Formats: sequence, C-alpha cells, structure tokens
Amino acid sequence: MEQGLAQTVVVAPQLSAAARRRQLREKVIAGIVTLMAFTGIAALVLIIVFIAKEALELFLDAHAREEASLAKMFTTQPTRAGKPPAFIWQPVSNVPKVSMIPLFIGTLKTTVVSMLVAVPVGVAGALFAAEFAPRRLRELLKPVIELLAGIPSVVLGFFALMVLATFLQDTFGLTYRLNAVVAGLGLALAIVPVIFTVSEDALTAVPRSYREASLALGATPWETAWKVVLPAAAPGILAACVLGFGRAIGETMIVLMASGNAAIVSASLGDSVRSLSATIAAEMGEVVVGSPHYSLLFFIGVELFVFTFILNMVASVWTKKVLKRLTGGAS
Amino acid sequence: MKHATRRTLGAALTSLTGLAALLIVAMLAVILLDVVRGGIGHVSWEFLSQPPSDGMMAGGIFPALYGTAALTLLMTLAVMPVGVLTAVYLHEYAPPHSRLASWVRVAVVNLAGVPSIVFGLFGLGFFIHFVGGGLDRALGYEELHWAQPGILWASLTLAVLTLPVVIVSTEEALRAVPMDHRTASLALGATQSQTLMRVVLPGALPGILTGAVLAISRGAGEVAPILFTGAAYFLPDLPSSLNSQFMHLGYHTYVLATQSPDVEATRPLLYATVLVLLLLTFALNLVAVVIRTRTRRRAASAH
Repeated sequence: MEQGLAQTVVVAPQLSAAARRRQLREKVIAGIVTLMAFTGIAALVLIIVFIAKEALELFLDAHAREEASLAKMFTTQPTRAGKPPAFIWQPVSNVPKVSMIPLFIGTLKTTVVSMLVAVPVGVAGALFAAEFAPRRLRELLKPVIELLAGIPSVVLGFFALMVLATFLQDTFGLTYRLNAVVAGLGLALAIVPVIFTVSEDALTAVPRSYREASLALGATPWETAWKVVLPAAAPGILAACVLGFGRAIGETMIVLMASGNAAIVSASLGDSVRSLSATIAAEMGEVVVGSPHYSLLFFIGVELFVFTFILNMVASVWTKKVLKRLTGGAS
Repeated sequence: MKHATRRTLGAALTSLTGLAALLIVAMLAVILLDVVRGGIGHVSWEFLSQPPSDGMMAGGIFPALYGTAALTLLMTLAVMPVGVLTAVYLHEYAPPHSRLASWVRVAVVNLAGVPSIVFGLFGLGFFIHFVGGGLDRALGYEELHWAQPGILWASLTLAVLTLPVVIVSTEEALRAVPMDHRTASLALGATQSQTLMRVVLPGALPGILTGAVLAISRGAGEVAPILFTGAAYFLPDLPSSLNSQFMHLGYHTYVLATQSPDVEATRPLLYATVLVLLLLTFALNLVAVVIRTRTRRRAASAH
C-alpha cells in the first residue's frame, strides 16, 4: 500500500517553513528517544567493561600476576612448613593465599540449601495457586508473595542472623551459630517469591482447553495438574528455578550477615562458609585501590556477572519456549 | 486404581501443595510478627528525629532516614527520564521487529538479573574512579573531591539498578493506553510528539507513577550497591553536598546487627530500625498496588 502511494504522488508537495520546522522537531525528538533507549544496552556494556577493566590488572601487572595467578586461585598452595598444601583464602596475610575454591564451595553450599527449600515450596505453592485455590484465596496469596518479595534483603539477613540462627542452634545443637544452613534458609526466603511468581505465570499460561480435555477424559483435577498442566509448563518452571538459582548466587547481604564468613573447605552444612558475593562486600572496604587484592575482588565480580548472565539467558529462552509451545508460535 | 483411592490421593496431594502456599504466608507472618514485636516499643518521635548517640547504643535514626530519603530522591530524578524514554522508544517509536528494540529488551532482562553487589563494583569503578576521577582532573582538584564515595555516586548506581523496573512498568502502562487514542490524535493532525506529550503520557501517568514507586521501594532497601559507593558507618551530620557520604537505614541495620559491641543493648534499636525500614518499603509497595489496581479498573471500564 505504501508503494502504491509513492507511485501516485510523483512530485513531493512544497512544505511551508512551519511544516518543515515541525518535521525537524519530530526528528530531533525521535532521535533523543532512540538515544535514551541505548542507555539500557550501554549500562550493561559499561558494567562488564568497567568491572573487567579493574580485574584485568591481575593479568597485566607483573606483581599482581605473581601474587594472584589463575593457577594460585584454583590449585592447592603450600601453607606452613609440615602441613599439607591446601585451598586457602587469606588475601591479606604476609604471603597472600588466594584460592577461590573455598569461596566456590561456600557459595555452592548456601545456594544448594536455599534451592532445596525454595524450589519445592515455591513450585508447589504456585501449583496450588494456579490449579487448586479458589479465586479469592489466590487473589489473597499473590499480594502476600509480593510483600515477601518487597522485604529488603538486609532485613532477611537480620532475621536469619537474629532469629533463625538462634532457633536452629537451640534446636539442633550446631557447633557454629552462623553456617551454610542458616544463610541458605535466609536465601530461600529471598528466592521463593521469584520461583513462585515465574512458575505461576507459566502454569496460568497453559490454555484452559488442555485442562477441560483432561477432565473430560475422566482424569481427576490432581491428575490433570500433574500429568497435563505441569508438563506443559515445565520449561517455564525450570526457568523459574534457574532464575532463583541466579538470585541465590548473587545475593549478598543475607549471606554476609548469616553465613559466618569463614572460608572453610568442608562437606558439612553445619560449618561456617564464605560466599563469593559476601567476600566482595566484606573486603572491598579495606582494600588498597589498584592492589592485587582489589583486582581480585573485581575478578570475583566478573565471575558473578558471567554466572548470572548465563543463567538469565537460559531462563529467558526457556520462558519464551513455554509461550511458544502453548500459543503455537502465535505470539 | 479405584476411583475413591484416586480421589483420596488427589485430595492428599492437593492439600500438600496448599500446605506449601500456607508455609510461604506463615514465613512472612513470622518475620512481620517478630519485627513488630521487637520494634514497636521503641519507635517514637524522639527515635525518628534524633541522631544516634553513645556510640550508636542509644539515640535515634534521623540521619539514616534523611540519607535514605535524599538518596532515593536523587535516584528517582536520575532514573525516571531515562527509564520512561526508553520505554517510550520500545513501545511508541521502535519500528516493528526492530533490531535495536530487541537488544534493549535483552539488556533490560539481564540488567534485572545482575547481582546487586556487582552494581556496587560498577559504581566504584565507573562513577567514582572513572567519572569522579575524570572530574577531579578536569576541575584541577588537588585532593579527592569527586573521586570518593558520595551520595551522588550511590544514587546513580541505584538508578542503574532500578532502570529495568521503571522500563518494564512504563511499557506496561503505555500498552494500557488504547490505540484509538493515538490514532484519533494523529487523525486530528497532531504530530507524533504532540500525541505522545498530550495523549499517551498523560494516559499512562498512573502506571508510570507505579513504576517510580516500585523503583523507590526497591532502591530504598538495597544495601550491597551502596556499601562502597557512599554509605557511612556513622555520620551525625546530614550530607551537605552531592559528594558527601550519608547514613542509610539499611546499612545502619547491617552495622547494628553485625558490628555492635553489645548485641543485647542494641537489640531494641536494631528492631526499631528494621521496623521503620519495613514500614517504609511496605507503604511504598502498597501505594504502587493501589495505583495499579485503580488504573487497571479504569482501563477495564474504558473498553
């Protein structure tokens, strides 16, 4: 149709000065709006550039390369004479020891605990809200979850530190008051809303006709939910879990306050742990700008950025998959 | 399997999922009850209007309240124009199947998932050392003037963090403005920018406000990004200029909870601070919910 118009209008009409001014103004405004849209991309690019820039010193500066080489970060290092080499994070001692293995283990422990709690609770809660709850109850449940999501993480950290830690120690007689379980439970409080919301979205996106067909074939509501609705929404629910996982890895204040912050290599969940994010938060305040330790903390930042970036991409691809599958690619 | 058995099994499993939902509600209730019970007795006018005293073992939280308010105000001023215009581009200006628009969307999704501590690193590396350092060199300051933690850098860091919130909710608000309004305005001879300023944006205003309130409530509670971009441990004076440090409710909570020499003595202060912080974020969230439901109802009745 546009082509047809272009063919009929052979001579462009002479525009008045006012009209041309107006046209120019429209173009300028559209330009400004488009420029602003770049800021989202720019922010993302700037974040990675400026964190990587500070971390790069680790590889460029000879002194830093000596003190915190990649090999030292990921292999065992000699400790005191007579003791076996070990993975140790002690970046501010006379001989800095910069093994990141204890931090990886700490992050993994808290994250796994939080996922073990948050995934069943979040997904089951979402299944209840989407399939079984009466409409009234469901409309009550959603704002409550939103409220839980709105609690600042420092408050959840405070709660884990003051209430959960004491409760768990008194109940189970743990050696360390602050440990991977306390921090993991605190993290679970932070990621349950994410898992619930995204799962619930995926479940409600399943068309009514699926349920009606299943019920018409004689399946009970629960069989319908389990064998029809849940599989149809599966990629979305997986995406919810991946998203929750990413949040748990990056969350800082809860772990900083409730984990004990001791970089210990062990398999026990009752030991204190130190996570990647809490290490940045705890050590950045006292570090000398430009020192190997400073670059090392930015390097941890790069790792966190890369981990969560990958997890987010995976989650968004899977969420799209659900919509595509359920709408037959219509949207 | 017999029908009755299937029914019983189903009912049992249904109540199991209901139990999970109940557990979530219970967790929230336990947190709220604990904070209210621990803090309510200590929140008073004196507590809100006095600075901390006696090595933070007594006194109030006024500088922290003031700092939080000033920080979020600056953040809002920075994030709203950028966020709203980005959403306007995505919904009003981007050509269909625009490459740029899809890149922006990917960036927004990923920005929303970047850990908040990484934003703190970004603020330190970009705003303080790069921009601040550059300003100091350009303006010829001998000592550190802009290249140090301060309220401006902290609020800009938070602005980047809350950008996705504003973009997503503004886009939703723009989507709620009926297409008829735009075509009617254009048909009357208004240009695209006139339509935007006089028809689309006023129509989307409640949704845009919701986004602002959500961003404020998110930004007001974040501590990790301001740890090394501007928050101060103890500062009885209010921040006097854009490059001064400030006290903050969330950071104050962290300090009281983890670095107090006498936990028992600080406990009432700590609980009262947390209560104020929670009330603040809940009030903001409530405002957002109210505006949003009202707008939705109005949009529904308009169709």
